[in-house]
Amino acid sequence: MRISIDPSLCQGHGRCYDLAPDLFGADDEGYSVLVHADGLVPDGLEDDARLAADNCPEAAVLVLEEAAR
Amino acid sequence: MSVDDRSFSDAQTLRSDPALGTFSEVRTGPVTDWATDFSHTDEEWAQGAIGIWDDLRQRCPVAHTERFGGAWLPTRYEDVAAVAYDTEHFSSRAIIAGNFRPPRDLAPVGGTPPISSDPPFHHDARKLLLPAFTKNAVGRQEESTRAFCSSLIDGFAGRDVVDAAADYAQHIPVRVIADMLGFPPEDGPQFARFVENALEGIDLPPEERLARSSHLFEYLLAQIRDHLEHPREDLTSYLLDAELYGRKLEPAHVAGTMALLLIAGIDTTWSAIGASLWHLAGHPEDRRRLLAEPGLRPTAVEEFLRAYAPVTMARLVKEDLTWRGVEMRAEDWVLLSFPAANRDPAQFERADEVLIDRQVNRHAAFGLGIHRCVGSHLARMELRVALDVWLDRVPEFTLADPAAVRWSTGQIRGPRALPLRLG
Repeated sequence: MRISIDPSLCQGHGRCYDLAPDLFGADDEGYSVLVHADGLVPDGLEDDARLAADNCPEAAVLVLEEAAR
Repeated sequence: MSVDDRSFSDAQTLRSDPALGTFSEVRTGPVTDWATDFSHTDEEWAQGAIGIWDDLRQRCPVAHTERFGGAWLPTRYEDVAAVAYDTEHFSSRAIIAGNFRPPRDLAPVGGTPPISSDPPFHHDARKLLLPAFTKNAVGRQEESTRAFCSSLIDGFAGRDVVDAAADYAQHIPVRVIADMLGFPPEDGPQFARFVENALEGIDLPPEERLARSSHLFEYLLAQIRDHLEHPREDLTSYLLDAELYGRKLEPAHVAGTMALLLIAGIDTTWSAIGASLWHLAGHPEDRRRLLAEPGLRPTAVEEFLRAYAPVTMARLVKEDLTWRGVEMRAEDWVLLSFPAANRDPAQFERADEVLIDRQVNRHAAFGLGIHRCVGSHLARMELRVALDVWLDRVPEFTLADPAAVRWSTGQIRGPRALPLRLG
């Protein structure tokens, strides 16, 4: 699984880093950044990634379920 | 570093001259039809806004009124979102819908930047504030907030019934924002009056509203001068020192942002804390579950924010416009009802139910798009801490007198009287 943030949509609500702090962090202005820059979701954190995407008010968190590993 | 040649000598220079704005006729009296004559200042709105929105969403999704010089009320999520994202046709020059419109040339800055600002200025004014309001930054206020909430509950000793709105919820954001701005904590009662005038005095004669708001700017001037003489580590000194485009901020920008932070943080958070306690007082099964499962509280907080979102914003229509089948005129208001959007069954499953374990919750309580509430992380911290402390210290409570609960009118919705029986 691979995740990404669309910076043109992210407004810094911070739902992703509230709900999935192992995958998402905040920059100095509160906009979301990926903890793992390559976007690959470590095993076991797939549900966290989906939860973050499902709770982003701006739909700025994208989840690609079938990423090649 | 630029030379500071600004003058902070007169409160009148801290805001645009109200005489340059326009006043519309104050129209009061009972609402005849919510689809064609709505009023967010009506007592029926205070009592039953949720039902009004649900009704309108089905029969007239973009309601209208001739009051306030003309205003529209979309109630579907997709329509509210569309307005929030459309800064080309809708201006934030004023964001409290009433009978006064500031002069058009106040855009793109507006009277209280950045909430009143339009692109591209908005982005730069907002950027100045963001670092002070990140989740990490507001986390530094958590310990003192917790101690303050606890001290409020200490004050309940010996009482069976307390007003959770006036004796608890209201005090928390007042103290937090006074600390952040570096204002004396004992000035809190004045802030409540400033807030009430800005947000709830909408149908007062305009001259009276403006006279009252000059008290706020006189207060801000006194704080600015004190901070210029005695700079310190707070938001007021930060704003006085901040630069934009190589210059210190205009005096009206500094004061407008201070006014924004003072007003916007208080009624809103007060309302969210009060509405959450009101829900728990009336739903013992939810209250008991949050006592047994404290880990569920952050999820419940998001559901309270969805179901009882306190904040409705407003926009002004820039030019005449046909929008979703209605003819909007330049200078019409559009109420941006995030609370109504959050109740739209087309967007949320079981939208009319409060599910404290709702897992998928893309609510819009803090707005959508470029004006996302700058204080959202602070508000969430305050709401979470206020509920934590209350539930840990006062696990058992009920509505003392349901008929005595009073909800606000205007754009910020929450309980203003909330008598709860403790124990």
